[in-house]
Amino acid sequence: MAEDSWFDEDAGPLVRPFALTRGRTRPGRYDLDMITLVVAIGSPRESGREPEYARILAACQHPVSVAEVSATVDLPLVVVKVLLSDLIERGELLFRSPPRDVSPQTDRVVLQAVLDGVRNL
Amino acid sequence: MVSATSDGLVLGQSALKLIVAGGFGVGKTTMVGAVSEIPPLRTEELLTEAGAGIDDITGVDRKTTTTVALDFGRITVNPELVLYLFGTPGQERFWFMWDELAAGALGAVVLADTRRLDSCFPAVDFFEHRDIPFVLAVNCFDGSPRYPVEQVRDALDIGARVPIMHCDVRSRESSKEVLVTLLEHLVHRAEVSALT
Repeated sequence: MAEDSWFDEDAGPLVRPFALTRGRTRPGRYDLDMITLVVAIGSPRESGREPEYARILAACQHPVSVAEVSATVDLPLVVVKVLLSDLIERGELLFRSPPRDVSPQTDRVVLQAVLDGVRNL
Repeated sequence: MVSATSDGLVLGQSALKLIVAGGFGVGKTTMVGAVSEIPPLRTEELLTEAGAGIDDITGVDRKTTTTVALDFGRITVNPELVLYLFGTPGQERFWFMWDELAAGALGAVVLADTRRLDSCFPAVDFFEHRDIPFVLAVNCFDGSPRYPVEQVRDALDIGARVPIMHCDVRSRESSKEVLVTLLEHLVHRAEVSALT
């Protein structure tokens, strides 16, 4: 307990993490693709911590892809995936992975829907 | 591993992607921008010592951190479906990015430039070897020679089933037509494979 007396929680982090991901290069247990869709559950203001998390939550107020989050907050994909994983872990973000296997049989209806949508652009 | 939906009730949209590939300066980002509902966005991936795909850059003796830029756009197909269009990295040595891009892609547009037809060879090879369906779109630059489609097919040794067409990537209608051709090709393939 002696170590804890060095600072209290209100002091905030005395030293910023040397890297936003604290050295992590893999997005934990979540399988995040660049077109995995993510959406924030809460508002970024509720997340009173590191600004990067708040910026990411602000970028995900509507469903967007991991790639869009990366472009919006101007951080590389690998970094964004780790930070998004943290937010998923904390229950502040929902995600939906793209279909893993796009087999022609199962996706005829989907392909036709995409074709119709593009024709109507 | 959690790879499915964390809450399908709230997040009812799915995302799909197409790839726009081709040699450097052939107009990939222009085409993405012509049909995208948002101005093309740029995302970056880091290639580091610890990064995925390090094994793929054999022959590189110095370990460095390199940034690979990807331009992409978005088309909301309907309330449930979003289609992303990703341009391949301009620098073709970043093949590991192509693998990540190609994973789960519906298909690809390979853009060709008649002034440098061979610059689309790597992309054609890539998709052929991975059995990823593609169309070849010959971007007609001002003043570039306009070869008949069959002459392009012969010159590039492209299989008879691969659609080949001319296009102008600056034109929304023309770029849309390329995507429609690709998607018709995909639907046709799906129908054929459902019959067999």
